[in-house]
Amino acid sequence: MKLTAQQLGWSVHGRTLLEDVCLDVAPGQTFGLIGPNGSGKTTLLRLLAGLNKPKTGRVHINDRSIAKMRQRHIAQSIALVEQQAETTDRIHVRQVVGLGRTPFLSALRPWSAQDDAIVDQALSDVDMAHMADRLWHTLSGGERQRVHIARALAQQPKILLLDEPTNHLDIRHQLSILELVRQLPITVVISLHDLNQAMECDRIGVMDGGRLIASGQPHDVLTTERLQETFGVYAHVLDDPIDGKRIMRFRSAV
Amino acid sequence: MKAIAMQSAPMARTQAHWLWLAPLVLLIALLAGTAIGETAIPVDTILKVLANHLLGANYAVDRIDAGIIWNYRLSRAIVAACCGTALALAGVVLQALLRNPLADPYLMGISAGASTGAVAVTVAGLGAGAFTLSAGAFAGAGLAFGLVVLLAHAASSGTGGGRSTQAAGAIILAGIAGSQLFNALTAFIITKSASAEQARGIMFWLLGNLSGVRWADVMIALPAALGGLLICLWHRRALDAFTFGADSAASMGIAVRPTRGLLIIAVALVTAIMVSMVGAIGFVGLVIPHAMRFIVGTQHTRLVPASALAGAVFLIGSDILSRILVPGQVLPIGVITSLIGAPAFALILVRGTRNR
Repeated sequence: MKLTAQQLGWSVHGRTLLEDVCLDVAPGQTFGLIGPNGSGKTTLLRLLAGLNKPKTGRVHINDRSIAKMRQRHIAQSIALVEQQAETTDRIHVRQVVGLGRTPFLSALRPWSAQDDAIVDQALSDVDMAHMADRLWHTLSGGERQRVHIARALAQQPKILLLDEPTNHLDIRHQLSILELVRQLPITVVISLHDLNQAMECDRIGVMDGGRLIASGQPHDVLTTERLQETFGVYAHVLDDPIDGKRIMRFRSAV
Repeated sequence: MKAIAMQSAPMARTQAHWLWLAPLVLLIALLAGTAIGETAIPVDTILKVLANHLLGANYAVDRIDAGIIWNYRLSRAIVAACCGTALALAGVVLQALLRNPLADPYLMGISAGASTGAVAVTVAGLGAGAFTLSAGAFAGAGLAFGLVVLLAHAASSGTGGGRSTQAAGAIILAGIAGSQLFNALTAFIITKSASAEQARGIMFWLLGNLSGVRWADVMIALPAALGGLLICLWHRRALDAFTFGADSAASMGIAVRPTRGLLIIAVALVTAIMVSMVGAIGFVGLVIPHAMRFIVGTQHTRLVPASALAGAVFLIGSDILSRILVPGQVLPIGVITSLIGAPAFALILVRGTRNR
């Protein structure tokens, strides 16, 4: 599914958090969102997911405005993995992932064996099948993050929005989640802090002060000047002798 | 696929158990509530009276016994069951939506408002005898709830409605403020104009009193409790979706504001109906949901019916105890529920943490 945003704006208590953001993500593309803390990445993802109604502008999926769609229909296409979603309930991993089926269930369409199969698939996609019967509060931060991603996958979304999904993950699971996300045949918008990981996206966008100040191919966007200006670091871009890809080496803060 | 079928089968079976067991347990509780009292009445007499009334049978029964059973005890037991169901469900809904384990049906100033209304009618003579105590209590509960909702709305609207945790927090804080205000009003009216006798009567009513209950009350309580149960069952998946907060619920397709608004107004209305009828019976709405979560888990498909049943049985049992514990005297039912509820709650807390 195609995801577009036009002139998105959002403010709280008169403070502008997002201004004039235009975004165009082609079907099947993985779009990386990068930017310093407080640059508006989370706010943008919330507007794209329909959690907040934008103060200005519109979000479209396949040329249909989500402002006119019911929340349930949005959730049948778009899934969001938030940065921090916690609970004190004594709930099992399998049940958490099962919550992802909510937009497809109703009083007239009860839970079925097919839903069970979808949940199983989602659990094994994030390498959590062996922990399906564990209680939520016994999981580590990284395991919780993977369960949340499984929950989003169980929604079988056409567009997946991930807010810093690699936080808390060990390096092995960081790589496996990113690999999984890239392989998914769906549209993905993912916010990342690791700029070298962002290099692997199809396209990336740089947020700063609530604006999308640049977007395009990773190697066009992530230049040493950009790193110095927006991210406040001196860095060198090197060629990896093993696969010839470009990597960034950060030297010091500006 | 085989593994999946095996996993879902036991779940379906336990649910089927519940469906059959629930009416049976409730029926036994109702019979016990009718049989046990200051004058014990044998079960066969009860069954005969019931047959006379419900099936048009013509058994010869003592007329006083028949009167006690039909007009006094049965109606009382049914209202107690409805009350327990309503309060337990209100607790389930509020704890789920507000993500606060301490949420209970009186959170939103309902009991405080009801007592102010009751006092205003009985002591201050508001409405010049046109209103009954119940009507006054209902009006007071409605007024207090309205004020709390307005306050909560004003406190959370500045955040743009997105940050749900703040909205939930605002409701709780507004409820505390509203309750304090109406409690102060009640105290003010009592100290200003009530006689000691009146004050005692009101005190008794506030702690829960089922003794005035008749069939007319059943006609209000039963539809209210069943309506509440149906609304909760219909929204059981929505209640589940709030597990990780309102934002997460929204991202899973729940229209948060309308759903939350409907559910909160529904349980507030049902609670207000019950409180105005029998007073503010404490602890049921807090303890029953926690106890049931401990037994059947957090999924509302099971938690809602289990809590409804447990609340009903618990209140019928408490009512029986309140009648027989002290011979020749009826204790306020709220005293019993709290005396049982508080230790039970403590037990759940301790065992719950130990299991972690």
